[in-house]
Amino acid sequence: MPIAIVLALVVVGSVLFHLLSPWWFTPIASNWGYIDDTVNITFWITGAVFAAVVLFLAYCLLRFRHRPGRRAAYEPENKRLETWLAIGTAIGVAAMLAPGLVVWARFIRVPADATSVEVVGQQWQWAYRLPGKDGKLGAADTRDVSDTNPLGIDPNDPRGRDDIIVQGGELHLPVGKPVALLLRSLDAVHDFFVPEFRAKMDMIPGSVTYYWLTPTRTGSFEVLCAELCGVGHPYMRGTVVVEPEADYQAWLAQQQTFEQMQAPAKTGALP
Amino acid sequence: MVDVTHGEPVPGVPGSAAHEGGELDLYHPKSWVTKYVFSQDAKVIAIQYGLTAMAIGLVALVLSWLMRLQLAFPGLLPFLDADHYYQFITMHGMIMVVYLLTALFLGGFGNYLIPLMLGARDMMFPYLNMLSYWVYLVAVLLLVSGFFVPGGPTGAGWTLYPPQAILANTPGQQWGIIVMLVSLMLFIIGFTMGGLNYVVTVLQGRTRGMTLMRMPLTIWGIFTATVMALLAFPALFVGSVMMLFDRGLGTSFFMPAIVVTGEQAPYAGGSPILFQHLFWFFGHPEVYIVALPAFGIVSDLISTHARKNIFGYRMMVWAIVIIGALSFVVWAHHMYVSGMNPGFGFFFATTTLIIAVPTALKVYNWVLTLWRGDIHFTVPMLFALGFIVTFINGGLTGLFLGNVVVDVPLSDTMFVVAHFHMVMGVAPILVIFGGLYHWYPKITGRMLNPTLGKIHFWITFLGAYAIFFPMHYLGLLGVPRRYYEMGETAFVPHSVVTLNIFMTVAALVVGATQMLFLFNLAWSLRHGRAAGGNPWRATTLEWQTPETPPAHGNWGAELPVVYRWAYDYSVPGAAEDFVPQNVPGRDPDMPGHPVAEGAR
Repeated sequence: MPIAIVLALVVVGSVLFHLLSPWWFTPIASNWGYIDDTVNITFWITGAVFAAVVLFLAYCLLRFRHRPGRRAAYEPENKRLETWLAIGTAIGVAAMLAPGLVVWARFIRVPADATSVEVVGQQWQWAYRLPGKDGKLGAADTRDVSDTNPLGIDPNDPRGRDDIIVQGGELHLPVGKPVALLLRSLDAVHDFFVPEFRAKMDMIPGSVTYYWLTPTRTGSFEVLCAELCGVGHPYMRGTVVVEPEADYQAWLAQQQTFEQMQAPAKTGALP
Repeated sequence: MVDVTHGEPVPGVPGSAAHEGGELDLYHPKSWVTKYVFSQDAKVIAIQYGLTAMAIGLVALVLSWLMRLQLAFPGLLPFLDADHYYQFITMHGMIMVVYLLTALFLGGFGNYLIPLMLGARDMMFPYLNMLSYWVYLVAVLLLVSGFFVPGGPTGAGWTLYPPQAILANTPGQQWGIIVMLVSLMLFIIGFTMGGLNYVVTVLQGRTRGMTLMRMPLTIWGIFTATVMALLAFPALFVGSVMMLFDRGLGTSFFMPAIVVTGEQAPYAGGSPILFQHLFWFFGHPEVYIVALPAFGIVSDLISTHARKNIFGYRMMVWAIVIIGALSFVVWAHHMYVSGMNPGFGFFFATTTLIIAVPTALKVYNWVLTLWRGDIHFTVPMLFALGFIVTFINGGLTGLFLGNVVVDVPLSDTMFVVAHFHMVMGVAPILVIFGGLYHWYPKITGRMLNPTLGKIHFWITFLGAYAIFFPMHYLGLLGVPRRYYEMGETAFVPHSVVTLNIFMTVAALVVGATQMLFLFNLAWSLRHGRAAGGNPWRATTLEWQTPETPPAHGNWGAELPVVYRWAYDYSVPGAAEDFVPQNVPGRDPDMPGHPVAEGAR
């Protein structure tokens, strides 16, 4: 008997918590508002189902609780009811799956005009590589990593000489321009996660993974590693700065190229 | 023993296997050691499994307290540094999923209930069954030994992803990871011995009249889960062997060229994601290996305590089988953001959401079983109801994480932690409690104290809901899982600290309440009300044994003969509101009655 009331209160409490919770998505800063939409659709459908089923359960408990002389009905099956419930559920599931798959198709197809930016994860820091004047990133391999070549850029690939390397600093991105993040790791599995962008993807040593986005508002956003990568995992943070094109170009001009990084190494033998 | 259970019965003559008496005499244990320690009686093995699983579960409980304390009050416990934190979450996860839930449902409930519910004298291979437990015990002890080896247990997370699991910057890299992998392999070996037994006993050991479609849903759940486990665990086994080779022999199955602390490590060409596929090919079916026995048990609890037949029995059986089969083609929904070919997302999202349909049907059928029932709010019933609510909640959040693009922002956040604790932590554990309150009278002959049971239920159910429901919202905010501490993070408001303290306090209270349950288990052994043979007035065979607790061999001189399905509650015209399965008589001529078409 009390359980019927408590279960109804659980539903009411859960709905109230949902509506009043101060903990919700951060204000979005990318084009992936579609993802927020699919999350919201899912919340509406599942929330309605949760409330309906648990309230119905509570009603049954109240109505059919044991009283002296009471006897249960005997009804092993009801084909019609079971069929309709199956069809209704399938429709609800399809209503969530279909928009999800449509958005996923967009998520995995990088637009042709996206600029490539490489993100390299290493215990427990982020490094970035941006294409130089030729607009292309050179080949890279973990086996080429050395003191003077921390990201393992292929020294024999001419496309890589003018690549811009940002180590341990901030990544700047121009607002409103699609960018493809090419993800690489030198050791464990990491994951480049900016909550305001909504998107994330693991980075796996030995291969290059990706996702893309268009930053939609300027500001400074915290990067977190979202895949357990050893004991320093919670401290693997970084910052992405989204800014207008002019500011971005000014920042870009200050960064070092791969070739410039090599130069002091070549003359490094001199005092 | 095979002869005993098969017994060549003569049709129409109940328990005609009269010659089995002599063999039984040979088979009975002769000493205290063979009766209680190296026992071949499935009931004793079940208790051994159950007690061992609960003991190791207590370790996991204490570990969860420690990690909750760290999350709410960072730095409160000086010994709890990041190394220990990761070791504790790893051990907590592995213990709960494998060494507690799998072992308790299959080794515990499976061993106790399969022979009794099917009218068998024992498992088909009792000696192998005994070995199964002892190998499991060694696996548990080896797991615990991880706390005492140099460097401590592995802190790689229960998913053990390489390369991180065997790299120097992960705690337990020296010995912990080796101990963990070997312990898992032993567990799988032990489980295989038991699992083959369960499958063969269900297929070959049923008493006369016990057709497959007359089996209680508990048995269907345990049986299907066991078949799945026999198919899924080998993937974890080979993954463990390969990682052990990578760690010990310098192979590169899972290890590509990597740079560790500035040095090129001696690996090349391996694939870290291959391990993830092997792990989740085991890991996803594992979810249902735990869930299906829970589904089965909860069906029987609801039916018995609502005095009503389970609604849609055949649908329930097929749903169990279909869920079991589909669960082998959904594993990569744990890997949407793993960097696998993103095209796989379409396939795995579709298969994953299809599973929601048979699962939802099961929920509807539980609720519809209560409809027009005669509901007794006994302690087992309360736990079953708690299960329904937490399972609906956790199942529905699974629709977020299963739907590939919705998973992207939520994956690897506290939303995932909240989801899987609700659906495969809290929900199955509520069923375990419900099952223990339900069958304790058969196991011991005495009832558990219902007042203590109700206190235990209310605090556990509401407390667990209070821990895990709000936790989802931290994940929506973007708080990642597996963070030793959040520190100062721009998007995390101070209110999160308050919420963390709330969840931790709830966790401490819920954890402490389990001591009340343990006390009840021990106290009722001597002081509980005498139960009699069938205190719940249930229909299934385990309640019809000549002795309670059942003696070795279960059935005395004659095996029971089954005449009806397991759910003849409140049959119209019957004197009592239950008709046991071994009571002769016509099956009621109900439209679509499962046995009307089967056995006659």
